[in-house]
Amino acid sequence: MENAFGQPQTVVVLGGTSDIARALTRKLCAARTHTVVLCGRNTDLLEVAAAEAREYGATRVETIVFDAEDPADAPRCVKEAFARVEGAVDLVVMAVGLLGDQRTFEGDPVVAARMATVNFTWPVAALTALRAPLVAQGSGRILVMSSVAAVRVRASMYLYGGAKAGLDRLCVAMAESLEGTGVTLQVLRPGQVRTKMTTGVAEAPFTTGPNEVAQNIMAGLASGDRVIWSPPLLRYVFFVLRHLPAPLWRKVMDR
Amino acid sequence: MTRATLHGWGRTAPSVADLVDAHNDDEVRARLEAATALIARGLGRSYGDAAQLGGGVVLDNRGLGGIGEIDEHGVVTLGAGVSIDELLAVSIPRGWFVPVTPGTRQVSIGGAVAADVHGKNHHVDGSFAQHVLGLRLVTPRGTFDLSRESRPDLFWATMGAMGLTGVVTSVTLRLLAIETDRVLVDTDRFDDLDAVMAAMESGDDAYRYSVAWVDCMTRGSHLGRAILTRGDHATRSDLDATSLEGPKPARLGVEFDAPSGLLNPVSIKVFNELWFRSAPRRRERESQSLGSFFHPLDGVRDWNRLYGRRGFVQYQFCVPDAAGDTVRAAVAQLAQSRVPSFLAVLKRFGAVNPAPLSFPVPGWTLALDLPIGPEALPRVLDELDELVIGARGRVYLAKDARLEPATLRAMYPRLDEFLALKAEIDPEHRLTSDLARRLDLAGG
Repeated sequence: MENAFGQPQTVVVLGGTSDIARALTRKLCAARTHTVVLCGRNTDLLEVAAAEAREYGATRVETIVFDAEDPADAPRCVKEAFARVEGAVDLVVMAVGLLGDQRTFEGDPVVAARMATVNFTWPVAALTALRAPLVAQGSGRILVMSSVAAVRVRASMYLYGGAKAGLDRLCVAMAESLEGTGVTLQVLRPGQVRTKMTTGVAEAPFTTGPNEVAQNIMAGLASGDRVIWSPPLLRYVFFVLRHLPAPLWRKVMDR
Repeated sequence: MTRATLHGWGRTAPSVADLVDAHNDDEVRARLEAATALIARGLGRSYGDAAQLGGGVVLDNRGLGGIGEIDEHGVVTLGAGVSIDELLAVSIPRGWFVPVTPGTRQVSIGGAVAADVHGKNHHVDGSFAQHVLGLRLVTPRGTFDLSRESRPDLFWATMGAMGLTGVVTSVTLRLLAIETDRVLVDTDRFDDLDAVMAAMESGDDAYRYSVAWVDCMTRGSHLGRAILTRGDHATRSDLDATSLEGPKPARLGVEFDAPSGLLNPVSIKVFNELWFRSAPRRRERESQSLGSFFHPLDGVRDWNRLYGRRGFVQYQFCVPDAAGDTVRAAVAQLAQSRVPSFLAVLKRFGAVNPAPLSFPVPGWTLALDLPIGPEALPRVLDELDELVIGARGRVYLAKDARLEPATLRAMYPRLDEFLALKAEIDPEHRLTSDLARRLDLAGG
């Protein structure tokens, strides 16, 4: 069970090899987490992440490989992950995602659709699959990695941002739909983060590292805020940016 | 049966369960037989996750009512769902008071057994269990009438076991005779922690009731300044006019959640300062009502909502007499970390009872109310755990919302003895709670 600070004992991480997911897993294991099921696409990377979780205090770490381009694989992955926990799942982290390059997407509709599958359709299938078992246990949390890119979608990355925006809006309303079930859903909106996903991307203001994001998540688990911003200041920055007139927004964001 | 969101008094980590009721032993047995996982709940005054069970069945014990005749020795048998408030309404006019009361009257008798509650008189009278003559316990392996003579192992294992040995349905209790409904109180103010601890060590034995309120927000030479209140029941000869009136209902209530930041370091500091300055340096034999002396917070209904949506944790630990330095270290560490804490309660504990999971050990206990919010708080409390374990002390399960299995084991050396007995009367691990799952107390 999670404690009063929202620190879970059992965790399922979907997309467990991402830099943010790994940083979060380390912090969770250093706190109260003893059982972790890491689900990812790459066996080698999963092993690295699993070794790390053990090093930080987890006593039971399991790994599951899934296909993020096949939404039909999501329910199978969720079912297996829940079974491996052997008991109540305190926290599910949804960290499946793919940034990619807008020009490539624009040149190939199939690749663009594949990106949308990874960022939206697969997570939707997984969230739908894990909702019922969490509601049955009357407790548990879902943390979904969104992005500030979903708050106001930029022209230069509208395909990625649009997919994330879809997931973000769906999750905000899903959180509302879970009211009274004992299950909560929190959306994480980080700004730009220095990770392997963003290698080569020019650094934006308020860029952070995975450990800072993980720290903000830990604070968010304790506070229970439905939207966790990282860094927290972005809540106010994006309140302003969201309401900028289009010409000004264009000037600020897509120089 | 209703689906209900349940949490403790600290309002953290809620979960949803099927809430059911029962009005007699047979109904309790039926509820237990029908459930795969069940825990009893009284008035929800334990601070953490002891009386909730996500996805399971929570049995509301308030249907188990009824207060029997109080005999000439003050012995009374009552339903486990009766609250201390309801008992006092009947018993005070007849000249009887509860032998032990926590800081609130709003606890059920079953809850008082489950938490083996203590009060301001622990250094003299021990905890609640010491005054229980017998109780009826419904378990998956049958119904037991327990006492010191009949199944003493299970009797004591039930005391302080947070409901994990079964559902208590009735309790036989020995009450304390009183002549009036007043308490004569001596108040002393101290400028630092050492002074108040010295006064308590040398002087507490002269009083039945003693408790100190400590300021944990002031650093430097006034670290742990405190107000000590001690007293005893007033006799007829102490007062000009006497009465025996039951408790009064709360006049104030908190009707909605305060903003989460209301109790912050600044507001708490201001409150502590005002409160400290309002106390006299010394005042003797002040006549106070039973309610204002024992249950000051009962005057405000739902005061826990002042902590806002995020809630709060209470950290209460005890350490043996020889480890008084641990109390000083804990207060210093809290003041240093600038984690805001409301007035802390310091008290001396007397002799232990034979219950394996009962909290008090002879020495000191300190209880702190801490709002959820500061990022450092989880770490600060983990560090306090280490300090407490190093001093062979422990944390109180009725307050806990954040221990882990390993720290619990280090704090309660008789844990395995308890778990063996639990396995005997509950081999299918049906009696469980969110707290039991968090701390591996359910078995299996």
